[in-house]
Amino acid sequence: MSKILTRYGDNYVAEMTEEEIRQDIEDGTLDASERAEIPTLTKEEVDYLYEIIACPQKIVSVEPGKEVVVSFDAGTLKLCVRNGIPMDRLQAILTQERALASDSIEMCHVDYSYKPIKAIIAEEKQAMEQAQLMTTLPLLYGAMPNMGLYTKPDGPCENWAELLPAGKIPEARAAQEEAIEHAIKDIVFVASNMIDSGADGINFDTVGASGDADVKASLEAVRILKEKYPTTGFEVGMAGEFNLGMHGQLKYDDEVIAGLYPHQQVKMAERAGVSIFGMAVNTNSSMSLAWNLARVVTFAKAAVHVAEIPVHANVGMGVGGVPLSVIPSADAVSRVDKALIEIAGVDGL
Amino acid sequence: MAVTHESTAGMGGIRSAGDLVFRMELQGMKINEAKKYVAEKLGCGIDQLADCAEMKDIREDLNIGTTQSRPNAGVGIQTKFRIAELLNIPINSVNKFKKEAGI
Repeated sequence: MSKILTRYGDNYVAEMTEEEIRQDIEDGTLDASERAEIPTLTKEEVDYLYEIIACPQKIVSVEPGKEVVVSFDAGTLKLCVRNGIPMDRLQAILTQERALASDSIEMCHVDYSYKPIKAIIAEEKQAMEQAQLMTTLPLLYGAMPNMGLYTKPDGPCENWAELLPAGKIPEARAAQEEAIEHAIKDIVFVASNMIDSGADGINFDTVGASGDADVKASLEAVRILKEKYPTTGFEVGMAGEFNLGMHGQLKYDDEVIAGLYPHQQVKMAERAGVSIFGMAVNTNSSMSLAWNLARVVTFAKAAVHVAEIPVHANVGMGVGGVPLSVIPSADAVSRVDKALIEIAGVDGL
Repeated sequence: MAVTHESTAGMGGIRSAGDLVFRMELQGMKINEAKKYVAEKLGCGIDQLADCAEMKDIREDLNIGTTQSRPNAGVGIQTKFRIAELLNIPINSVNKFKKEAGI
C-alpha cells in the first residue's frame, strides 16, 4: 500500500498508509468524545478530514468565501522578541497591519502578565495612545492573569503548589481564594487604563494556566469590565482543553469551574460577557497530525455548536493540532486551519 | 506561522475587509453574521469581503485605509473616524481623539 507523507505532533515527517491515517482519525475523535462526552465526527467528516490530511499538495487552503479573521496572543512579542528583529512595538504593529495583513493585533509587554504591568501603566498607556493614532486595524491590549505571580516570595499569598503536596488542602484553597481577589483588582486596573487610552479590546491569554482560580479571576474581571465598558470587546483565550481543579470547589455563578471542556467553557465565558472565546486543545507530540487534528476538530465542533459568541481556535505552537515546535511546518498548519474552519466551523483563529 | 494562517484562511486585514469583520466579532457577532453586516454596510457581496481587488477599490472610495501609504489618502486615526461611522459602532480611540481635540 502506498504511503502518504504527513507529520507527527513533534513536527517531524512521517509516512503513513491510508489505513493508519484513518485509524488515527477514528481514535482521535473517539478520545475527545469520551473525555468531554460529546459526539464523534460523522463518517462524512472523517472522510473529509482524511482528504485534507492526505492531500498531495504541500499547502492547502479554505475555499473562497470561507475565510475567517485572526487574532493574536503575545502580539508584539513575536517580531521584536521571539524573532529578535530590532524594532519597537509600534513598528511591529504597523508591520502586522501593512505587511502581514493581520485582521487584528495585540499590544503587549515583554513581562506578559497583568500584575507587573501595574508598575509601568503610564508607559503602556502612552504606547497605546501613540499606536492608536497610526493604525487602522483593531488593536487590543493583552496579558495573562498568571496567578502564580501572587504567591510568595513574588507575591503576598502562600504557595498552593507547595501546600497541596504537603496535604494542606484547606490552606491551599484559602491561598488561591486570596490570590483571586488580588488578580481581579490588577486585571481591572490595567484593562481599564488601556481602554481609557483607546484599546479596541482586552485579551486575556492562557486563562486557566494556574487552574480553576485563574479562570475565576479572569471571568470575574471580565464581568466587572463589561459592565464598565459595555461596547468594548473582551477576548478570553484558554490555557488548555480542560479546566484544572487546583482548588476544585470554585464556582462561577453556580457552576463548578474545574473539569469543564471547551463546549462548557464557552458557555461560562458568555455569561461573563466575553466577546470572543479562544479555545485551546493541547497537541500530543507523540501522536500523528491525523490523531491530533481529529481530536481538536471534535472539541471545536462541539464548542462552536453551542456558542453564541465567536469561537477562535488557538493554533499556535503546540495547540490546536499545530505541531509542538517553535517552527511548525506550513503543510501541517494549513491543514489544521482548513479542518477547523470547514469541519468545525470556527469563527476565527 | 502568521503568514501561513493568513494565506491559508485569513481575511486579509486592511488588504480587504478583515479588520472590519474583526471589529464586528469584537461586538460579539459570529463570523457569518459579522460578514453579512459588513457587506451590507459596504454595499458589496459577502464573497467580495476577502477579495483584495474588489476591496481595494471600495476602501479607496470610502477612504478607510489600505496597506499602501499614498498622498492625500486617509491613514491611522483618520480612517477609524470613517469606519466608526460606516459600521455604526463606537471606537475607543476615535472617542478619545475627539475628547482630547475638543471636538
